[in-house]
This record gives sequence, C-alpha cells and structure tokens, in this order.
Amino acid sequence: MELLKQIFIEPFETMYALPDLLLQTLWEGFVSGTLYSLIALGFVLIFKASGVFNFAQGIMVVFAALCLVGIHALGVPAYLALILTLGVMALLAMSVVQFVMKPLVNQPDIILFMSTIGITFILIAGGQIIFGGEPKAMITEELGLPTGSSVLEVSGGIVIFQHIDIAAAIIAAILIAGLALFFNKTKIGRALRAVADDHQAALSVGISLEQIWVVVWFAAGVVALTAGILWAAKSDVSFALQVIALKALPVLVLGGFTSIPGAIIGGLIIGFGEKLFDLYWGVPLLGGGTESWFAFIIALLFLLYRPEGLFGEKLIERI
Amino acid sequence: MFYREAGQFKATYEADSAKFPIFQDKLFIWFYLVIGFVAIPLLGNEFFLGAIMIPFLVFTLAAIGLNILTGFTGQISLGSGAFMGVGAYACYKMTLAYPEVNILIFIFASGIFSAIVGVFFGLPSLRIKGFYLVVSTLAAQFFLEWAFQRIPWLYNYNNTGAIDGVSRWLFGIQITGGGADRTAQYIVCLAIVVVMTWFASNIISGRIGRSWMMIRDMDIAAELMGVRPLYAKLSAFAVSSFYCGVAGSMMVFLWLGAAEPESFDYNHSFEILFMVILGGLGSLLGCFLGAAVIWILPILIREWLPPLIDKITPWVITSSTADLVSDIIIGIMIVVFLIMEPHGLARLWAIIKQKLRVWPFPY
Amino acid sequence: MLKKLILGAAAIAVASTVQVTTSYAEDTLYIPSLSYRTGPFAGAGTPIANGFADYFNMLNARDGGIGGAKLVVGECETAYNAQKGVECYEATKGNGALAYNPYSTGITLQLIPKAPVDKIPVLSMGYGLSAAAVGEKFPWTFNYPASYWSQMSSILQYIDSQGGIKGKKIGFIYLDVGYGKEPIPLLDKLAPEMGFEWVGFPVGVKEMQNQSATWLNVRKERPDWMVAWSFGAMTPTAVKEAAKIRFPMDKFIGNWWSGAHADLEPVGEAGKGYKAANFSGVGTDFPALQDVIKHVVDAGNSQAAKDDIGKVNYNRGLFNAVIMAEAIAAAQKATGKVKITGEDMRLGLETFVLDEARLKEIGLEGFTAPIKASCKDHEGAGSIFIQQWDGSDWKRTSDLIAPMTDVVRPLLEEAAEKYVGEQTGWKTQSCG
Repeated sequence: MELLKQIFIEPFETMYALPDLLLQTLWEGFVSGTLYSLIALGFVLIFKASGVFNFAQGIMVVFAALCLVGIHALGVPAYLALILTLGVMALLAMSVVQFVMKPLVNQPDIILFMSTIGITFILIAGGQIIFGGEPKAMITEELGLPTGSSVLEVSGGIVIFQHIDIAAAIIAAILIAGLALFFNKTKIGRALRAVADDHQAALSVGISLEQIWVVVWFAAGVVALTAGILWAAKSDVSFALQVIALKALPVLVLGGFTSIPGAIIGGLIIGFGEKLFDLYWGVPLLGGGTESWFAFIIALLFLLYRPEGLFGEKLIERI
Repeated sequence: MFYREAGQFKATYEADSAKFPIFQDKLFIWFYLVIGFVAIPLLGNEFFLGAIMIPFLVFTLAAIGLNILTGFTGQISLGSGAFMGVGAYACYKMTLAYPEVNILIFIFASGIFSAIVGVFFGLPSLRIKGFYLVVSTLAAQFFLEWAFQRIPWLYNYNNTGAIDGVSRWLFGIQITGGGADRTAQYIVCLAIVVVMTWFASNIISGRIGRSWMMIRDMDIAAELMGVRPLYAKLSAFAVSSFYCGVAGSMMVFLWLGAAEPESFDYNHSFEILFMVILGGLGSLLGCFLGAAVIWILPILIREWLPPLIDKITPWVITSSTADLVSDIIIGIMIVVFLIMEPHGLARLWAIIKQKLRVWPFPY
Repeated sequence: MLKKLILGAAAIAVASTVQVTTSYAEDTLYIPSLSYRTGPFAGAGTPIANGFADYFNMLNARDGGIGGAKLVVGECETAYNAQKGVECYEATKGNGALAYNPYSTGITLQLIPKAPVDKIPVLSMGYGLSAAAVGEKFPWTFNYPASYWSQMSSILQYIDSQGGIKGKKIGFIYLDVGYGKEPIPLLDKLAPEMGFEWVGFPVGVKEMQNQSATWLNVRKERPDWMVAWSFGAMTPTAVKEAAKIRFPMDKFIGNWWSGAHADLEPVGEAGKGYKAANFSGVGTDFPALQDVIKHVVDAGNSQAAKDDIGKVNYNRGLFNAVIMAEAIAAAQKATGKVKITGEDMRLGLETFVLDEARLKEIGLEGFTAPIKASCKDHEGAGSIFIQQWDGSDWKRTSDLIAPMTDVVRPLLEEAAEKYVGEQTGWKTQSCG
C-alpha cells in the first residue's frame, strides 16, 4: 500500500507542490533530449545509407571536440579551428570509406559493426597520442556561444534557463532542419535516399556508392562535432564523454534505426522520461542513479510491443 | 602430405562421427593437452601463468559461451560481461554462506544462476533480432551493472562495494584468495575449460545444437520443420550464460582475487565479442584462437615494445605510449582481419590444414 | 602473405613464453609505479605519475639515490583498469619491487591479499580500503596520511567551524562506485552525534558528464552544504551544474580527489569559491620542489611541463614519493642494508619519522601535516586543510584540521574485523 502510494500519488504531489522544479525538469529533459537526438542522428544517417551500425559515433564526438580544442590551442583563431576541424572530419570520412567500408562491401552486418569498433579503438588511442589524455576546456566563449543564464519566476520559485542550453536547442534544430533540407531537396540527398532504398538499383542508375558514403560519414562527422561542442560546454572535453553516445542506442530503438524524425522524437522521449523518472520515482524508490539504465529498459519494453520503432519501416528484422 | 587421411579407414559409424576422426588431429590434441597440463605448469613463471594463461582460459570460456549464442544460434549479445558478473556474485554469496563446501561445486553452480538471468534477458529474442537484440542485451548489461552497485546484499555490505576472493582450499592446496598457488589455479582453470569445451562440443553436435544452427541459418524454415524457436533460443541463452557465469566466477576466484562492479562493464562484453568474431563464429577452436589474439597480443606489445624501441631506435617510449600503440594495432588488426578473413582465425586454420594436406603439390 | 603474418605472430607468441626479467644492478632499488596516463582518468594519473617519478629522479641526481643506492622507477600503464593493474603487478614484482602505489581503489583491493604472500607492502596514499589503517589487522597495507573516513570527519569539522553543523542538511554527491560509497558508514554514524541530516546523490560512472537530473534533485532537497566524492570528469561537470542551479559555491566541498587543477581549469571563473580538501601543499615555494625543477625538469628528465610542477596532483605524487623515500631510508637504517627488500620496506613504512623537523630538513616545511608512522596506526593520523578555487588557481584557506580519531578508529577496527573475518588464514600482527 505504502509502495503504491509512493508510485502513484507522491510523485504527483511533489510535482504539484513545486511547479518550478517540474518546469525545470522538463526543460532539462528537453535539452538532454535534443542532444540525444543529435547523437542518434549521426547513427541514423550512416545506417540509412550503408546499413552500418556505426559504433564509432561516440568516439567521433570526442575526437571532433578534441580536434577543435587542440587546433585552437596551437594559436589558431576559433572559427578557423572550426573549419579546420571540419576538414579533419572530412578526411576521416574519406579514409574510413576508402580503407574500411569499400573493402568490406557486401559483408554481413555484424562484420561491418565490428569494423566500426576497430575504428573506435584506433580513434581513442590515436586521439590520446595526438592530443594527450587530459581533460580540456571547451572554447565556448571563443566560438561566440553564450554563457549566462536567465531566470523565470514561477509561483514562488525560479526556473533557470542557461543560455548555452537555449543555444544548443536552437543549433540542434537548425542542424536537423538543414540536414532534412539537404537530404530532401538536393541531388546528393535524393541519391542518398535511393541508396538507402536499394543499393543495387541505385548502383545500376549510376549513383556512386562511394561518394554517397563519404557524404554521409562527413555529415555524421559534422553532427558529431556539433554534439561534441554542445555537450563539452556542459562539462569538459575528455574521453569519458564517449559513453554518452551509448545513450543514443535506446533512442534509436524507440525511433527506429532508419528514421530521422524518429531519432528526434525518440531523443526527446528519452530525455524527458529519464529526468522525470529519476527525480520523481528513481530517487525515492530506488536510491537514484537510474539514468544509466532507464532509457534501455524503456527501449526494451517498447521493443516487445513495436519492434520496428515509432517510425521505422515495417520490414526490418521482424520475426 | 602432413594431414593425409589416406589409409585411415572407418569401420563403424561411431568411428566416423568421432570428435577427431583423423589420427593427426588426435595427436595434436594430446600434444596440446600435455603441453597445457605438464609443460606450462613446470616451465611458466607467475607472470606467464597469472597474467597470460589464466586470463586467456577465462576469456576462452566466456568466448565459448558467447559463441554458442552468437556463432551457433545467430543471436548477437552484448551482455556477456554482466552475465559473468552474475556468476561471480552468485559464487561469492554461496561460498560465504557455506564455507565448508568445495569451491569447485560453487563455481559450477554459479553458472546456473547466470543461466536463469540469461534466460530472462533472452526473452526479447523471441520477438526481435539483429541490432535491436544488441540494444536489448545492452539493457541487460547496464541494468545488471547498476544492480551490482546498488544491492548491498550482493557484496555482503562491504564498505568498498567490491567482492573479494575468499581463501578456499582444494586437496590441501590453496586455490583462491591471496596466498593461492598460481600453478594450482592454472591447472584448475585448464581442467574446467577442457571439460566444458568437450561438453560444449557434444551439445553442439547433438540434437539441441543442431536445432540452434537451424534457427541461425533460417528461423522460419526451422520452425516449419518442427524446431520450436522458444526452446531453441532460450536454451541457447541458458547454456551461453551458464558458460559466461562460470567464466565470471573463475575470473574473480581464480584470477583477480577481488572485483568491483566495473570489472564486469560493457567493455568486457565487447572484448568477448571481438574474440568470438576474430576467432571465428561457430567454431570452438576459434574461441581459443580469438582469446589468444585479443588477450595475449596486447600484453606482448606492452611488454616487448618499449625495450625493443629502446634498443633499435634512438627514441624511448613509455609504458603508456606502448599501451596506446597496442590499442591502435589491435584496432587496425580487427579491421584488416575482417577484410581479409571475415570467417575468423578458425577458417585460416582450416586453410592451413588443407595446404598441409596437399603440400608439396598445389592441388 | 597472411599466412606468413600468422606464422610470425605464432613465433613471437612462442618466443614470449620465455619471459625475460630485467635484472638490476646490486646497488639499485626498484620502485614500481602503476600509472595511468591513458584512459578516462588520465587527467589525474599523468601529473601523479610525473610527480612520483620526478622526486626519485631528483634524489638520484642530487644525493645519488638513498643511502648510496640509485632508485629505479619502473612505470607500468594500467589505464585505471584493474585487470591491467594485476598484469603490471605480476610483471614487475619479480624485479625486487619495494612497495606498490596503485592509485586506484580497484587495483588496491586486488593487491591487499597478495601483499602478505609476496611480501611486498601496498601504500595506498589516501585511497583504497579505509580499514587498512588498522595495522594489527593489515600488516602489509598502509594508507598514509589519512583514510577516507578520517578525511570526511575533518571535512565535517570544517563545516562545523563555518557557522555550525547542527541542524544543517548535508548533501553528499558521490561517484557511484566503491570509492564514492566508502564514507557512507561514517556519515550514518556521525549524523546523530553531530546533529546534522544528510542526503546522498549518486552519480553513475556512465553519467559522470550528464548530471542534470542529479542536480535537479539537489534543488529539490535544498541542502545547506554539498560534499563531493567525485573523480575525473565528474568534478568539472558537478561544479558547472552547481553554478547553474546557483548553489553557493563556497558551501560546496570536494574531497582530495575532487580538487585538482585539471578538474577546475575547464570550469574556470564559474567555479570560483569551490572548496576542496587536500593534504599536500600547492605551488613550488618549497626547497624540495625547487630542487626538482633544478635537477630534473631543467635537465630535461621530466615528462611534466614546467607549468605543471606544483599543481595539486603533481605535488601529491611527489608527496607519495617522499613517504616512500623516508620509509626506504628508515628501512636501511633499521636493517643496516643498502639494498632492502619488500619485507624491510614494510618495517620502514611502520617506523619512519616525518615530523616538523624532518619536513624542514627535506625542504617541505609547511607542505603537509606531520605523519606519525606506527605499527598500530597505518594512516598516521594525518591532518588535511581546505583549499579554495579563485577562478584560476587553488589557494589554501584553512589551517590543518585533525581527524576525529576517537570516532573513526573504532569504525575502522570494526570494518577491519569484518574483512579479516571473511578470510581464512589471514595473518595479523600484534603491536607491542
């Protein structure tokens, strides 16, 4: 009885009693959600175009952020460093396609998946050799990102909006819109969708698979860089950041591996869900720290009812 | 000319379906057993036994477990690290509760607990497969890791939150805990691995194993032919987790001596999956080869690279650089191997065997 | 081609079965250093390993070693990984290792049962198993200058001195691993005695950089003080989140692993006022550090950049080396041998004297609190001080605060009893 009360009544009492906290929680959930979506988007892009489940997306986030900070530390102005980092990500995309994706074409999915783990090893160790393993500060101000915060008063309490969080949401939205435009309106975008639909057919009408792959890996690199900058602004640039990318997996399950809107909605659901659950149920009932698995369990339960995800194509891997 | 089966006639069906039908194979296996049980304990020092051979055996066993699931049944899992943890914690709790019972019994019994947990987390496999299943096994991994942290009963309310390998004796020789004899630990490990490998090879060639492979190759066809996916998949999860659980308790009791929950984190699951894929999906020999490459090679690089660079070049590299270099080499090797031989080291061995058979002629 | 590669690899594998142990000359002393310059905690591990090695190299260059014996520091990379730690231990113990300084609680726990067997002591300086401070029960394990429980008791006394602790609510944010959970029994014990209330906020290892939910909970609970048991990337994230919810920074205290330069530099100005416990001095205004700069850093024999000398974790690694060096000297004096063994080292670690006079003599006056080594007490009742971040550097803000030994010691003994009780055939010692 006590337990039922704790599950069904008390959380809502707390929500009602402290509306500012609820609003703040929703806002934090929204901000994390957009960042989860952004990371998940990187996975979706590559999966759609080449059927590769790119495990290296997490380390690409760290690597891109490290490159940016590392190049800036050499005395290069921030914006130039940003452009140079984009160059590095393009180079990375080209070498991955040239040395890993091309030789492995037509292999089973698991082999491609493992090869991206191989890439992860190389990037982690290479990144540490080049830039050193120490945590570094993100060059937030130099990039012109805001740092202050605004306060909204709500019935006796306050809700704090960090400007960087607002900027993160806006940047993520712009990036997602830009990618959507790019993939729907440009020639390369249409070619990409053709590849996603059917490799063989796309090849037969003269679309270069290699070119498409470079484009998507680069796009994933851009997404990784953005996610890296925004997330590192909240803490620092260190190799511990790569585990954040694992959070994108349940997002993918919720949204479907091949759906861009799915990644966005899935990210938001996970973002809102885990903050609300941890604060109102996790802490009183389970002692907190539930964020590490909550998203996965939600994804697991969801899988049992709708294996193809919210927006996934019905065909995939259904039994 | 070395691997000719000519002249070796089989007069009975039993002889024809033997584990090692060719005389040379039999010779090889006896040779390795003698090396393993006699030569290595006599010649190996504590570093070789404690840092190379025992972990190699532990990971081989875990890799066999995962290979049963991934290689033979076609269900990819990233939860093996956590299933190892279940075994370790189960063994710890049991041996604390009944200190007088032989630890070996508990090492095997701990597998049963992990099998139960494995079946539970294997349930989603009835609905999903492929990467969706990967994510659901990762859910198991993270949830169990959290449980190891958060349930104080599991680690006996220790302030450190860790479990330690309490001292236990077997035939008067200490095999677990601080003063344990490395050679004895090694022989116990080897014996467990040999017995369980033999057991696995029998399951696989039996009715259950064949139903697993049918599910792997084409589940719908298998179902139409009367294989029940529910039993086949869940039994694969159970056997696989059993092996992982035993490997986990071996890891804590016969190798590390103590373990925090982080000892069973997702990196382990990846490491074991590497071993399986690099060794060869669906091959028991591959588990040994994969574990050898993934576990032993980095150690050799770490141990040998700094002195080597020191001797032949003017530069000096530190232990930490060697560590990073070994990571890069492993990463490159994984990619190169996948490109050159996606069927793993076991396939490579089959090719070499064939080459030896026809040598010195090309065909 | 591939076949050749495989054969080559196999040949190397066979060759490696004959393990070569590097033998060192008669008059050298081998000190293993289990470092982590890679991995998620490299930010702490690198300066510690640098400070540790530099002090010994300074002794070699300035005094020709200790008692005429040169010191060899054998660094082995663990990447903060317990399995690699054991590998390093097995690989280096045959070289005549004097004592192990694992710098990881996980590795320490694995070495504790091995220490009495191999007769090599473990010095876990300010980490590891708190109960190891009980010398009678753990003859081979040391945690000078203070255990986590002693440290927590000092922090609580500091809070008490800043406007009283009675009736206050203390928030305890911790990394959700063994290390972070360690002080909980002490908090439970002291809460009724000192009259405060405490709430715990666990942060999972995977959520180190994703703490917004935790800090929402902090906002809900409204503690008066926050105490952090964090490590690595968790610290800057926690300080940033605290700044975000406008928690008063000067009421946020980290432990000695949560207050290094590498932790606060990414935060910068926003972390101004954040406090942390520490036991080793900050800066280079000590003769010993000047000697290190002169003999090692300027000679180009250090892996540390010159600006990194004197930072919190560098000095801590150096202080660890000081304790080792003092124990070596004490062991040499007690046994009359130049080349001592791990067993002699254990004796040295129980008998060395690091009082005010000795600190002054070695050029570290005011660097740290004196340590009283003894057979019974393996934590040496070391005191800590509180330092504060001024936006770009750490400044010491308090005097030395002694731990509440009378409360901590019985708890330690109880925990040691429990640990030993689970073992069979555990060797204890009696201190006369």
